[in-house]
Amino acid sequence: MASTYEKIATTTLSSTQSTVTFSSISSAYTDLVLVMNPIANTASGSYPYLRFNGDSSTNYSRTMIAGTGSAAESDRSSNSSEGYFIYGNQVQTDSAFNGIININNYSNTTTYKTFLARTNVASGTGPRVEALAGLWRSTSAINQIVLHCGSNSFVSGSTFTLYGILKA
Amino acid sequence: MGVYKLSTAGGLATPRTNYSSFLAGNPAFDPDSFFPIASTTVGSGGSSNVEFTSITADYTHLQIRGIIKNTANNSESVRFRFNSDTNTNYSFHRLFGDGSSASAYGEANTSYAGEASSSNSPQTNIFSALVYDILDYKNTNKYKTVRGLSGKDFNGSGNIFLFSGNWRNTNAITSITIYPNSDNFAQYTQFALYGIKGS
Repeated sequence: MASTYEKIATTTLSSTQSTVTFSSISSAYTDLVLVMNPIANTASGSYPYLRFNGDSSTNYSRTMIAGTGSAAESDRSSNSSEGYFIYGNQVQTDSAFNGIININNYSNTTTYKTFLARTNVASGTGPRVEALAGLWRSTSAINQIVLHCGSNSFVSGSTFTLYGILKA
Repeated sequence: MGVYKLSTAGGLATPRTNYSSFLAGNPAFDPDSFFPIASTTVGSGGSSNVEFTSITADYTHLQIRGIIKNTANNSESVRFRFNSDTNTNYSFHRLFGDGSSASAYGEANTSYAGEASSSNSPQTNIFSALVYDILDYKNTNKYKTVRGLSGKDFNGSGNIFLFSGNWRNTNAITSITIYPNSDNFAQYTQFALYGIKGS
């Protein structure tokens, strides 16, 4: 029996990888929480995104808000083939990027999937904080998450942990 | 006094490992600190509100997680009250993004502890998402502060809320009422309440 808040899997990279995959995610939980502290081989172009269940069709969209330290902004994208959980934040070549993604009711087969992301870049190119609501237009239960480092790669020391939360 | 682990010592005969802790080399039991208290899924008839009642003082913090949709065509938000207090003992602030601009808003002396994003009737299959934290909910020496993150995306419209709220009352929170700003919660709206224990 699953715990209430249980670590499903964790990955600490020991080499450079263009993607990180969590697969065979069971439907035993209610929500998923993905916590990450990735490092990129180069910051420019390292806009991270995810895909669910291998879907690379234009079924993703997002609405976000950000603070840059001097201004606040909001933006959106629609009909994207990448599930961006950032807008302006890029994974840095140090550990300055971190993020938490909440995927509520990921296993129900009635609704599309809405996810909430909070990401930060504490230093490097364009420090900023962001909050984002993302949508995957599919009623399928999520059983796989693939993370991409934009057009670049994640490097050794990057950490990713997936948790499952079980309701009463 | 020495502590011996009989499962590996082969009895009390020597040689054996002498432990100074009753754990005898075993890892400490680490109980969960995140507990499911209750959950509600709205049925086909909809619901005007969702209530969590008889919340015990067994935890340090509370968290509500959910997906939300309203039966109205243009409803925007859901609201929170504690212990059935409908007086103007609340306040809140929020950052709001609608996809084109960011704004800030707040209300003092209002009757609810913050607003979260809600999907609405025309949006087939789309629900907003919510994570709402109620910190130190049973402390009777201070007012209660909450924080939340919620949002929705309709593939062309939507919004994101980052908010905090305050309830000017020192009573321990024993009930929570969640209600839409108009009409009813739609079918499949779901809220789950969790308790988080401190050390």
